Amino acid sequence: MPRSSSLNWQDRLFRWACLGFALLILGLVAALAVELAWSSRLALRAFGFSFLWTQVWDPVREVFGALPFIYGTLVTSAIALLIAVPFGLGTAIFLAELAPPRISEIIGFLVELLAAIPSVIYGLVGLFVVVPWVRSVASPSVDAVLGWLPVFQGSPYGVGIFTAGLILAVMIVPFVTTVSREVLLTVPRSQREAALALGATHWETIWTTILPYARSGIIGSIFLALARALGETMAVTMVVGNRPEIHPSIFDPGYTMAAVLANEFAEATSNLYLGALIEIGLVLFGITIVVNGVARLLLYRLHDTSAVHV
Amino acid sequence: MVRDPLMARRNWANRLALASTGLCALVTVSVLFFLLGYIAVNGIGALNWAFFTQLPKPVGEPGGGMANAIVGTGKLLFLASLIGVPIGFFGGVYLAEFGRNGKIAFWVRYATDVLNGVPSIVIGIFAYVLVVLPMKSFSTLAGGFALGIMMIPIAVRTTEEFLKLIPASIREAADALGVQRWKTILFVVIPAAFRGLLTGILLDLARVAGETAPLLFTALNNRVWSHGWMEPTASLPVMIYTYAIAPYEDWHRQAWAAALVLMLLVLVVNGGARMVLPRRSVVV
Repeated sequence: MPRSSSLNWQDRLFRWACLGFALLILGLVAALAVELAWSSRLALRAFGFSFLWTQVWDPVREVFGALPFIYGTLVTSAIALLIAVPFGLGTAIFLAELAPPRISEIIGFLVELLAAIPSVIYGLVGLFVVVPWVRSVASPSVDAVLGWLPVFQGSPYGVGIFTAGLILAVMIVPFVTTVSREVLLTVPRSQREAALALGATHWETIWTTILPYARSGIIGSIFLALARALGETMAVTMVVGNRPEIHPSIFDPGYTMAAVLANEFAEATSNLYLGALIEIGLVLFGITIVVNGVARLLLYRLHDTSAVHV
Repeated sequence: MVRDPLMARRNWANRLALASTGLCALVTVSVLFFLLGYIAVNGIGALNWAFFTQLPKPVGEPGGGMANAIVGTGKLLFLASLIGVPIGFFGGVYLAEFGRNGKIAFWVRYATDVLNGVPSIVIGIFAYVLVVLPMKSFSTLAGGFALGIMMIPIAVRTTEEFLKLIPASIREAADALGVQRWKTILFVVIPAAFRGLLTGILLDLARVAGETAPLLFTALNNRVWSHGWMEPTASLPVMIYTYAIAPYEDWHRQAWAAALVLMLLVLVVNGGARMVLPRRSVVV
């Protein structure tokens, strides 16, 4: 709408200033991508794509392969999703379908609080509570039953891939729950009433009608949680064991991309070493952009219609 | 009807499934209360006056506090707000008042979303290359810069959202009086949205206050006072990390105390925000 006052120079100045700040954000993100690629050029040139699937990480001989970190990141995140999705979705269904609005509000707030707790505090509790528990209870008892499978072989450490996955699970439940709950609340009343009118029980209505209707949004929430898990640093660094090795058992120590950055970045002595670490940052950046992008595509419709901003 | 075995089975399945969703909610909330309780119990026992007033003691010597880390976190947050709030705030003003549904606004929103999803440790790398390398020193400045960038996405989102909540009629009323657009925005729209905006910024601050990863190789750490802005500085989250992984009993005790302080900050701000805003939109 053309407005006479917008011809005013003060208005134009203000508009340009706001635009400038907005463009600064665009510039920052572009600079971030360019800088990561540029700063890792030494490693990119030295190792090429084999960086992604070689296993040796030896700063002394300056041989760098990122596979153990990529493996650790993917497996810890997968374990986190396996635990967090059922609990998160179950909670979301309870909040959206069963709980009275007042209770739903309160529990929703409490679940969001889980997301507000700083990562380093999760690491602290993980280190002093979860690690001893895994060492003395979880690992031996799983080993006793399923130990014949290499994946579940026990280990005497307590720190390891499973411990990290377990803590990540708690950290990402709020993302699954909060977003899924909003998605479930957008399912039209008519869908639900149609199923109930056909004689479906409450659960059958949820299972056959509401969940399928909300499917893309729920998957979106899962991807959103996955992106968080992939990039999570402190809590994982404190409990994953920090060994650049790939072991078959989930109870063995491992390493993740974010954790190696946290541990080794400040001490990286040579340019190639630093380049290799920054390349890991670049890979992490790329993966999280893709996963977040998928989440956004799936949640796009929702984004326009409700109060969810992701 | 009830004797019909199929119906009975369906009813059982119904009850079982619904009960298990309730159980999920119960477990999730219990985990939260366990965390809060555990931190409170371990933290209260460790919290004392020295924690707030003394410097860390040399390695191996018990006692001492985290006065420098508390001041360090304050300085980092101050610097972060200086960088993050103006960019985020005016970026949000642009989106809400000028950009609306245009092409530029689309890309700015997209960039904001990308930035929100970037792992905090990667932001640390960015600050390291941009600030630490050229200055050849770890510093409060570098740490504040990293945290400032982390503040931007939420500042943009909350600003845009709360400005959009102000009805068009208020803007039109100002327009009708012949008020210039920038004055309308600064002196009519923003004051009307002030409570929401302030709460959003506080939530944003509470979020970055606990960030550790981007500080590890920007602000680093410091066992003594950090003078000015160009020296490495201690901060509460990094202290928690360093003390937790160290092998000293007394350091673990202090890590719990620091965790309790951080936790209270987060709880007070989040709880307060919940009180101030009747129904806060969900910002993830």
